[in-house]
Amino acid sequence: MANDENHIAVQRARGLGSARAGVSAWRWQRVTAVALVPLVIWSLASLIAVAGGGREAVVGWLAQPAAAIPAILLLIALFWHTALGLTVVAEDYLHHGGVRMIAVALIQLGCLVLAVAGVAAVIMAIATGASG
Amino acid sequence: MDNAPRPRSPHVQVYRPQLTSVLSFGHRLSGIFLSLGAVLLVAWLLAAVTGSASFGYLNAGLGSLPGLALLFVWTLALFFHLCNGIRHLFWDAVIGFELRTIYLTGWIVVFASIGLTLVTWALALWQMG
Repeated sequence: MANDENHIAVQRARGLGSARAGVSAWRWQRVTAVALVPLVIWSLASLIAVAGGGREAVVGWLAQPAAAIPAILLLIALFWHTALGLTVVAEDYLHHGGVRMIAVALIQLGCLVLAVAGVAAVIMAIATGASG
Repeated sequence: MDNAPRPRSPHVQVYRPQLTSVLSFGHRLSGIFLSLGAVLLVAWLLAAVTGSASFGYLNAGLGSLPGLALLFVWTLALFFHLCNGIRHLFWDAVIGFELRTIYLTGWIVVFASIGLTLVTWALALWQMG
């Protein structure tokens, strides 16, 4: 009876993390979504205004605090949201436990690396603006 | 007790596609597609600040016809994910769950994302001259 597939056996639930962590992931998906609404609209408008001006225009724009701060917030919210979203997709469609674990690890590591790289780019723009 | 796996309810592909299911799947699909765009965004920012020739190559690639087509689809995916995401946030607040409202907001999302994409590109082309 305990092994009936319609019941959640302890051995199946083990290693999947606590239910509390799941609620946290769900909540942060929403918090980052709300943050991304204004940030995405702002970044799209800024990119349209700046992208045509070439490299100097992009770096000069990014070096200003009014651009650098929202840009850093965008990068953090964006890759946090991406990591949570792709993790859910991997958990839903990858049925092999080992493959799923590796995929989720790569998604989360990749998003962390990209967020840090993006923030580093903004800091480098600030440094260029300060020296030049 | 019979513990053999028994048939369950029919799976997704059995049903005729409906606006609700298409938009639901589209939200995931656009999310995955936008993740690739996010990688491109970071690459573009890094190329801009490091001042290497890669920024020129990247911009030339994005300015070509396939590049512009990719950016257009990316804009559409962005606005669709944004609009449908706002729809999801209302659902999370248990607002708009009546079947009529679900279809109404679904069509609003479809037309709003197409409209916003066209307005954005009109503005961008006007801005670039």
